[in-house]
Amino acid sequence: MKRQLSHIALAASLLLVGCASAPTANPKDPWEPMNRSVARFNDKVDDNVLKPVATGYRNVVPDLIQTGVRNVFNNLSDMWSTVNNLLQLKPINTAESLGRVVVNTVFGIYGIFDVATYLKLERHPEDFGQTLGYWGVPNGPYLVLPLFGPSTLRDGASLPVDFAVSPTQYISDIPTRNEVFVLRLVSKRAELLKSGNMLEEASIDKYSFTRDAYLQYRRSQIYDGNPPDEEDSNDDPSANPAANPAPAK
Amino acid sequence: MQYLSFTPNRWLRLMVGAMLILGVLTSTFAADDTPEAFIKRLSGDVIDAIKTDKSLAAGDINKIIVLVDQKVMPSVNFLRMTASAVGPSWRQATPEQQKRLQEEFKTLLVRTYSGALSQFNDQTILIKPVRAAPDDKEVVVRTEVRGKGDPIQLDYRVEKAADAPAGWRIYNLNVMGVWLVDNYRSQFAQEINAKGVDGLIASLADRNKSNAAKPQGK
Repeated sequence: MKRQLSHIALAASLLLVGCASAPTANPKDPWEPMNRSVARFNDKVDDNVLKPVATGYRNVVPDLIQTGVRNVFNNLSDMWSTVNNLLQLKPINTAESLGRVVVNTVFGIYGIFDVATYLKLERHPEDFGQTLGYWGVPNGPYLVLPLFGPSTLRDGASLPVDFAVSPTQYISDIPTRNEVFVLRLVSKRAELLKSGNMLEEASIDKYSFTRDAYLQYRRSQIYDGNPPDEEDSNDDPSANPAANPAPAK
Repeated sequence: MQYLSFTPNRWLRLMVGAMLILGVLTSTFAADDTPEAFIKRLSGDVIDAIKTDKSLAAGDINKIIVLVDQKVMPSVNFLRMTASAVGPSWRQATPEQQKRLQEEFKTLLVRTYSGALSQFNDQTILIKPVRAAPDDKEVVVRTEVRGKGDPIQLDYRVEKAADAPAGWRIYNLNVMGVWLVDNYRSQFAQEINAKGVDGLIASLADRNKSNAAKPQGK
């Protein structure tokens, strides 16, 4: 029994090593080959389905309704942000998020109108992955999820929690629930349409550009936009070290 | 005796020296701004230009590129940005390669930045107070672009530069928590590992060519 277990453990660790060992692998992205194929799949889905649908939505649906839809979904995620702000022991952000939800649900008619923003109550979006990050759970490897795109092991694993508590989960009619989910996706994608192919145009390898941007972005979110410097982000290789000795820090 | 006879001469030299130092100091002070004031004026200039010129506001990318070249680039340390994005391989590159890298990277960034500017319409820029000692040579200036929807974080790393128009130069840019220069590092390294510095230059040139070929101003 014991030997069997150790065999299984050995096989499992070999499997992991086998997955992880591309010679020039980025330490943050050991699953790069798999991630790249999922990213290609996502791009195909986006080009052929999501982007055309979102473009149609943007062009056909009146602006006022688009804004209303966006506000309702934002209101739903503000509810979850309230809980996550509380879990991160941020009293002011918790109060503001809660205030937003109450004001928008009552005076904004189920969140259709974003009254709270006029009252200078700012959004403090927090999800469960951020809460875990706040309490020190590391990212783990970068992970590209089918349909959902860039993520990490930690964020991917906490996504089911975000979904499970979403109020839209409590719509009992399943086709309606699915329609609401699709509407949320399309509305989100339509917001991103105006940035066009920025990621593609700004990079020579869209995959690694997206990955590095996502990892920096999440890190910044976890530190509420104010992360400590990473070790070498300040260096200046253009300076000639002999002529220009580094100032003592 | 010799010492005495040279006295007026020495004094004159001292005077000229002192005047020179004073001159340099005053001109430095004249050009010296706080980093906030520098960023505020720079972004104000660009936004005013976009608001007053209709073709700029309509998103004419070529005109925006000219604007960025004239107004923004003199206040950017592009050598440092490129070197930092290229990383350790920068010092191995020949001066010619370094020059080409700077040119291609600049074309790429100016175009991307101009594309972002073309989306600009009724937003305002809020400059947050800088937390730094007065004699700091490198400072982070935090700003927020406010308009419809959630505010967008836009931060600058600036360095003191006596020869720059406002006494400061930008050497990195942060959009929504993503430092731009840092974000190029791993793909540049990846390209250099696979195809060398010339390979990276070629890839950048290709990207710029295909960007330029695309229809603009939608």
